[in-house]
Amino acid sequence: MKKDQIRLLESNGFQSVLSSIVSIIIGLIFGVLLILVVGLLDSNLGIESAWEGIRLVFAGLFSTGRDAFGTLTWGFNSINMGNMLFRATPLIMTGLSVAFAYKTGLFNIGAPGQYLMGTMASLMIALGIPSDKVHPVIIWILAFLGAMAAGAIWGAIPGLFKALLNTNEVIACIMTNWIAANLVTWLFDISPFKNVTESTKSGYIYKTSFNNVATTKLGLDKVFPGSQVNGGIVIAILIAVLVYILMSKTTFGFELRACGSNKDAAKYAGLKDKRDIVISMAIAGALSAAGAALYYLAGNTELYWSTYQSLPAIGFNGIPVAMLALTNPIGVIFSALFMSMLNIIGLQITSLTAYNEYITDVIIAAIVYLSAFALLIKQIISRRIARKKGGSK
Amino acid sequence: MSFLIQQTLVYALPLMIVALAGVFAERSGIINLALEGIMIFGAFCGVLFVNTMQDTSWVYGAYMQDRYGTLQLLVVLAMFVAGLLGAIFSLLLSFASINLRANQTIGGTALNLLAPALVLFLIRILEGQNTLFLAKGDAAEWFMIKKSMFGYSAEESMGFLGDTFIHKTYLSNYVCILVFVLLSIILYKTKFGLRVRSCGENPHAADSLGINVKKMRYAGTTISGALAGMGGFVYALTTANCSSNGDVAGFGFLALAVMIFGNWKPLSIAGASLLFGFFKCLAAGYSSIDINGDGIYMLRELGISAHLYRMLPYLITLIVLAFTSKNSRAPKAEGIPYDKGQR
Repeated sequence: MKKDQIRLLESNGFQSVLSSIVSIIIGLIFGVLLILVVGLLDSNLGIESAWEGIRLVFAGLFSTGRDAFGTLTWGFNSINMGNMLFRATPLIMTGLSVAFAYKTGLFNIGAPGQYLMGTMASLMIALGIPSDKVHPVIIWILAFLGAMAAGAIWGAIPGLFKALLNTNEVIACIMTNWIAANLVTWLFDISPFKNVTESTKSGYIYKTSFNNVATTKLGLDKVFPGSQVNGGIVIAILIAVLVYILMSKTTFGFELRACGSNKDAAKYAGLKDKRDIVISMAIAGALSAAGAALYYLAGNTELYWSTYQSLPAIGFNGIPVAMLALTNPIGVIFSALFMSMLNIIGLQITSLTAYNEYITDVIIAAIVYLSAFALLIKQIISRRIARKKGGSK
Repeated sequence: MSFLIQQTLVYALPLMIVALAGVFAERSGIINLALEGIMIFGAFCGVLFVNTMQDTSWVYGAYMQDRYGTLQLLVVLAMFVAGLLGAIFSLLLSFASINLRANQTIGGTALNLLAPALVLFLIRILEGQNTLFLAKGDAAEWFMIKKSMFGYSAEESMGFLGDTFIHKTYLSNYVCILVFVLLSIILYKTKFGLRVRSCGENPHAADSLGINVKKMRYAGTTISGALAGMGGFVYALTTANCSSNGDVAGFGFLALAVMIFGNWKPLSIAGASLLFGFFKCLAAGYSSIDINGDGIYMLRELGISAHLYRMLPYLITLIVLAFTSKNSRAPKAEGIPYDKGQR
């Protein structure tokens, strides 16, 4: 019994999970402290509202608003739950994208650009093929695959620059991000897909449901009534499992990881490191773009098309998702769910207190900061465990 | 033409100073991916400082009585404040990457996430909206240098040089240039600069000669933080009407590109940022640029889409990078935590 315990404590996976949990706890404490300090300093807020803010940080997912007396009420909130799953869907994909590239030794900060290209391809295909001639399910599949192809091409560009011309992939990715932002704006500007029927909406593209294309709900809308959830979350989880199998159980995945951990050794062993860089970036791009497709093909989301001044936050948030998961594809599912939970909590905080949603972004940043020395935390944990083991002998 | 030069400088100078920030960090061996975040933080601190000072009788009185010197002093003070707080903010990165030997890319990313979140959190609580504006008036009215300050009337011209480099400029431009030149000299012509650079090339050799690698790396990243914070405020002052909204439009990342494109050398960086600034200026004002002064707006009449102009700076940087990357030489030890045991 005791031996089993020690084996579990010594296992690498367990220590990784533990170090992530430690990061999360410290991050949350930091957020709580910030709320307290601001609450005490700002006379408009005070300790009362700080206490409300703190409770929401931990349990905002189960918040159901305020009762007639103005006190916070708690319980199962199907809208919060369902929206958490819906918002986690693209985050899982961009997180996978960053994690996948990271395993092969590349820092994919190009996820926002790839996400934008996926957005454009999926929307243009979903709105461009008339649904009275082609079955909507086929249009959906085409749009999803088209998005992945667009993302793969966009991801392959910095890959090619890196492999052939020795360009730093971080810089190439940043440039392709902004090029994508301008290109997507340009193409939507001259496209016939701008929403002109609803006069209250200016600057938006039609929802895909305008062309009867929408992701299947898989009955999830019955479980979480009132929320945006759909079958996309199932697809995202399936893809995460596939990526895990690809990375850990196939020769190809091993090759990519070998290139990531030591490029020269991989080259010496006869692996084609340059080809692997390009393929890895293309897959990473396809994953990000698939996230965009799952988000915008939902049928109840719409795109503000003039995107050239800013990059989609979901793309950048793939980085913290991947880092919190220590780049493990299965871990990405959980860290994406955690991040989207924080996101929902942020909205609750904004609507119920004088604080705002950015507090959860601060917490996320603190967690990422701590995960930068996850290795150090892991070492401390394993040293502790080793000492305990020595003591028990 | 004057307009073209002025606008180019407006975009080029923050880039130049922030790219130099990147050089100081990387030359000491630390990859500073957090330039964007530090800029955002610096911009916020500088704007908040100006915003608060505007209400004091010292500054408001100066504004009412046209005491321009005081207002210009305020600009310089705000640059200093932004630099100081940027430096303090960057200590987060130094601590993680030097003392804890953390992954510098992730540490920098964390700062990039933290800065906008923290800034927006505070702005929303202070202002009840997402942007912190000046307390009174706008930046041009308060801080822009105009020919009327030198006794010229509206019709008189200051000559080409005066119209280009004095009229309708900000003092921050010249402070930036001065700081850029001074620090470039320090990095290349002083013992301190040599020591910093040695820690980015071969920290083990530096250590064996009695140079304190940790200290030098702290110096490098802290100077980097100060420059980036200052650059952030200059960006906010000159292109965003001295407001802060948790965003600097990716300028921190562009500065990184400029740094690599300039091959980690100050002079090439100055050239690279001017090139980039020029294209950025074309994108912003191509429809109102009259190159040779004949009243014909040639660029607008070409009929090229505005979207293409906006894309150009990035496209050109990417293409130039493609040609120059083969010969680019990053500091050898950048990004590698220093480990005495590996000597």
